Amino acid sequence: MSLAGRALAIALLALAGAAAAQEVKPGSAFLSPQMQRQQEDEARNPGWLWVEQGEELFSRREGAAPSCVSCHADPRQSLRGAAARYPQVDAASGKLMNLEGRIEQCRADRQKQPAFGYESQDLLGLTAYVASLSKGEPLAVSADGATKPFYEAGKAFYERRQGQLNLACTQCHDGLVGQKLRGDTISYGIGTGYPAYRLEWNGLGSLHRRLRACSLGVRATQFDYGSDEYLALELYLAVRAKGLALEAPGLRR
Amino acid sequence: MRLAAIRAALIWLALASAPANALEAYTVVGDAIPAPLGGKVGNPERGRALVLDRTQGNCLICHQVPEPNEPFQGTIGPGLAGVATRLDAGQLRLRLVDASLLNPATVMPPYFRIEGLRDVAPAFRDRPALTAQEIEDVVTYLANLRTP
Ligand code: HEC
Ligand code: HEC
Repeated sequence: MSLAGRALAIALLALAGAAAAQEVKPGSAFLSPQMQRQQEDEARNPGWLWVEQGEELFSRREGAAPSCVSCHADPRQSLRGAAARYPQVDAASGKLMNLEGRIEQCRADRQKQPAFGYESQDLLGLTAYVASLSKGEPLAVSADGATKPFYEAGKAFYERRQGQLNLACTQCHDGLVGQKLRGDTISYGIGTGYPAYRLEWNGLGSLHRRLRACSLGVRATQFDYGSDEYLALELYLAVRAKGLALEAPGLRR
Repeated sequence: MRLAAIRAALIWLALASAPANALEAYTVVGDAIPAPLGGKVGNPERGRALVLDRTQGNCLICHQVPEPNEPFQGTIGPGLAGVATRLDAGQLRLRLVDASLLNPATVMPPYFRIEGLRDVAPAFRDRPALTAQEIEDVVTYLANLRTP
């Protein structure tokens, strides 16, 4: 490519990036109308079974430990919008923490109970319940201040080619949005629907479980649940989806 | 006796692992690799199976091929029905081996390259997505797709 051609291509890419950033749509926008309706119907979206279990856990007492509701009275009010502010940097430890991480921290530090473990049914239930309290709230995660280095790491991960198939997240989730990858329609690849009930999983799963599926898809290393890599990526996706309404528990193919 | 067996095993190991690290060399001419990789002869039936297999070529996540019994074929790359009327065997070979030689921004994966890849999953590390023989099988299959 000539120098001028290259400059033009870079300018076009930058433009496309800016345009994409403005139009990012939720994952549900790429579902069939039937599945969209099913997601919004609490009686027909199986994700709500986990929400109900989480709600129960939220007020259950184990031994002398306070229950969640002892600290977070009237959760519909007190926790409305909380999920829309994660991931965030934990002031005490300086670590990036997502909603799952915060729930585990409350459990260990305040309730003095053993951690549930990532992807356990109990943690999925509590996460889905707390996320459901922010359904419809606009995502409000910023890339400034203490989160900046994590955001930069997530962005670099999102944009670099990886795996034997040598593909970057951005090639599918910006460049090929709306195209068919086998039976799936490629979306903007954001996390506003998670935890989500996936038909393929026959259950509820976290965003990190979905990220592991995309890594496997390009034959790349699957990082651990709650790993620094996926946490940074989760932050980048959240900033990218800023202002979009939370829709957990989502329903996906 | 035992020593000889061990020595034989070591030599066998060295021979067996050599091709994994050093891929068969090839020469690019224009937008093609005219000569078959490693001088192998392709088999179109095996090529078809490799194209359809999800753990091998997995081409249908991105491409459509003339296989009416395969539902949900991808729309990411060009349809491959009639591809042989647009590209000859050498051109097909180059696009499979490493399409980024033609288009650095390509989405088409490099099926015969191990250098310059990062974070490859352990099960796929240090070997190309398709071997020289498998590339030739797929090239032969594609070179028979003449009906648009
Ligand atoms: C080869 C194409 C491809 C690549 C590369 C890819 N994905 Fe995906 N991704 C998909 C497909 C297909 C789906 C399922 C349909 C959808 O929701 O987009 C998906 C789904 C997702 C979802 C769930 C969206 C939802 O609302 O359910 C997220 C989040 C996501 N991807 C993020 C990523 C990230 C981050 C990366 C890089 C580590 C990545 N993807 C790499 C194809 C890809
Ligand atoms: C992740 C997506 C993806 C996968 C998987 C994939 N391709 Fe492609 N393929 C593409 C894209 C995109 C192009 C267009 C390349 C370009 O313009 O740089 C392409 C181009 C081609 C071409 C050139 C077609 C033409 O008309 O110029 C051939 C031939 C081809 N692919 C065959 C295959 C075969 C065979 C496989 C599996 C062994 C495969 N592809 C797997 C995305 C893919």
